[in-house]
Amino acid sequence: MLEQILNSEAFFLTMALLASTLRMATPLGLAAMGAVYSERAGVVNLGLEGLMLVGAFFGVLGSYLTGNAWLGVLLAVISGGVLAFLLALVTLRYKANHVVAGVALNLLSLGLTSVLLVAIWGNRGKSADVEGIYPVNIPFLSDIPVLGEIFFRQSPFFYLLIILMVISWFLFYRTKWGLRLRAIGENPAAVDSLGIPVNTYKYIAVIAGGMLAALGGAYLSLGELSLFGRNMVSGRGYIALAANILGNWNPVGVVLSSLLFGFANAVEMNLQLYGWPTQFVQMIPYVVTIFVLGGLVRKVEAPKALGEHFDRGDTHV
Amino acid sequence: MKLWQKVGSLVLRLFLALFTAGLVLYFSGYSPLTAYKAMIWGAISNWDGIALSLVQATPLIFTGLAVAFANNCGVFNIGAEGQLYLGAMAAAVIGAFIPPLPHFFHLFLALLGGAIFGGLWASIAAWLKVKAEANEVIITIMLNSIGILLCSYLANYVFKAPGPVAQTPEVHASAALNRIGTGTQLSTALLVGLGLIIIIWVVLYRTKLGYEVRIVGANPRAAATAGINVAGMTFVALFISGALAGLGGAGQVLGLHSRFIDGFSPGYGFDGIAVAILGGNSPIGVLFAALLFGLLRAGGMVLDRTTKIPVDFVLIIQAAIILFIAAPNILKFLKGGLKSARTNTKQ
Repeated sequence: MLEQILNSEAFFLTMALLASTLRMATPLGLAAMGAVYSERAGVVNLGLEGLMLVGAFFGVLGSYLTGNAWLGVLLAVISGGVLAFLLALVTLRYKANHVVAGVALNLLSLGLTSVLLVAIWGNRGKSADVEGIYPVNIPFLSDIPVLGEIFFRQSPFFYLLIILMVISWFLFYRTKWGLRLRAIGENPAAVDSLGIPVNTYKYIAVIAGGMLAALGGAYLSLGELSLFGRNMVSGRGYIALAANILGNWNPVGVVLSSLLFGFANAVEMNLQLYGWPTQFVQMIPYVVTIFVLGGLVRKVEAPKALGEHFDRGDTHV
Repeated sequence: MKLWQKVGSLVLRLFLALFTAGLVLYFSGYSPLTAYKAMIWGAISNWDGIALSLVQATPLIFTGLAVAFANNCGVFNIGAEGQLYLGAMAAAVIGAFIPPLPHFFHLFLALLGGAIFGGLWASIAAWLKVKAEANEVIITIMLNSIGILLCSYLANYVFKAPGPVAQTPEVHASAALNRIGTGTQLSTALLVGLGLIIIIWVVLYRTKLGYEVRIVGANPRAAATAGINVAGMTFVALFISGALAGLGGAGQVLGLHSRFIDGFSPGYGFDGIAVAILGGNSPIGVLFAALLFGLLRAGGMVLDRTTKIPVDFVLIIQAAIILFIAAPNILKFLKGGLKSARTNTKQ
């Protein structure tokens, strides 16, 4: 009986679906985690799409220049940090509206990567093939039937996501740093009155968030295709934004919601194979988010001072 | 601030934005001066270039006006892209599937359909904002994706024209916006846009409705105390905003493509945000900003054809313009920098 199930086509398809769910969830989870850092510190991050795109591009560039894909990942993370610093600078120091700055960041990233794509590889559509980052079988664990195949033969990016999830959760809920950061997102003036450097925290959180989003982008280029294609993030940044909301601005929550959206993504790809309309499945993340924000599914709560500007000495505590 | 100071600050910011974008181009290994010259020359030196600039500016007038109108009410509509798609689809269906009618009547119906569907799409965000205090920014972003996917489904299956391309059948001549001149893609959609600039100006500054919209935008609490129905104004502002974006989509369908084509917009809705910001959320400002962005985009297309620099360079310029305009304190920093530099030289 068990033998029969394990060898059936339905079982095989389910396994493939679950494995591709994890693949699809990886970039979303990393980028959504980036949003958690930034938004917990009170800075709206609408630039996820652009941060991912920049990460995808510089990951490939780094790998192309050095021949080492991990150095590519390093360059991707640095580029995400630099771009996020720009976001922090214009919103925190020059008081730009967070949403507007995010929109500009996305435009900038698409323009920059497309122009550089032509400048470096002379091609308007895609880069050269580079050394990528390939799935790794974890010794012993990957030999476990069923579970091993789904969980332990994944891209290193997936393992990174899980590790970062644990670290982030610990950081946010078990350290003084995390407590302060969350308090800054709720009421910066009160935290400031304790003599804690609010803006330093904000800068660090936004930059860390940018690095995470860029890491998610690097997975798309280095982890899946081993090349960069123009505008290859194609809206995943907005899905990550949705995952952040559904995950209630919580590191564990965003991984769970990314898995849900990754599953929708995997189903959609299967429908495509059979030539069925995919549009309604593709809508799932966005519709779910609207229902959540409309208070129809479950209650989520954004940090109270999200998107607001903070000046030292502001009195509305 | 006096008018000349405002204009001076605006020009300075624009110049800084162009300079910064040029720097990016320079570090990518191209000559920014050559690029700007090619762009400007291509966009205004001959009638074709001017027509192309106006064709590119046309949808931006609508979406810029849409974002600006909502902003006047303190509502950030970043969903113009989705509303534009809904409006375009409605106009395409009315134009192609209703049998030919008298010209102005059919055209009027198609435009009206575009406005209503764009407006209704935006109203979903208004409803959630009023009912559940949901953030309209996130909701309109989500509605963008849903709207584009919904229209993609309709163009691929329900209203698909025979053939391999995901598009609707051609609209009847009785629903089309006529071309202006021969050999250009310029259509009377531009005139509709110019008309709307005037109408929205009148609505905003010469009617009770516009006055209340602006009061709510300036201070919702004071507006509520003064007996203004804030929730109602939010609805009205988002509906009108969505209708304007929907009309923009209808204009593209009825004037340019003659049908709805899946994925036809390269981001006119998002460009509308930049246009509204640059235009200071005033209708007249929007007109000038849309013309500038249309010129840049047309120039970018010429650049794309004649050099190796892709049209995407225009996005960098737009981003720089948004950042320099939207960051109020950025000039203060420059001033501070200059002042301290001056005191340093004195010492």
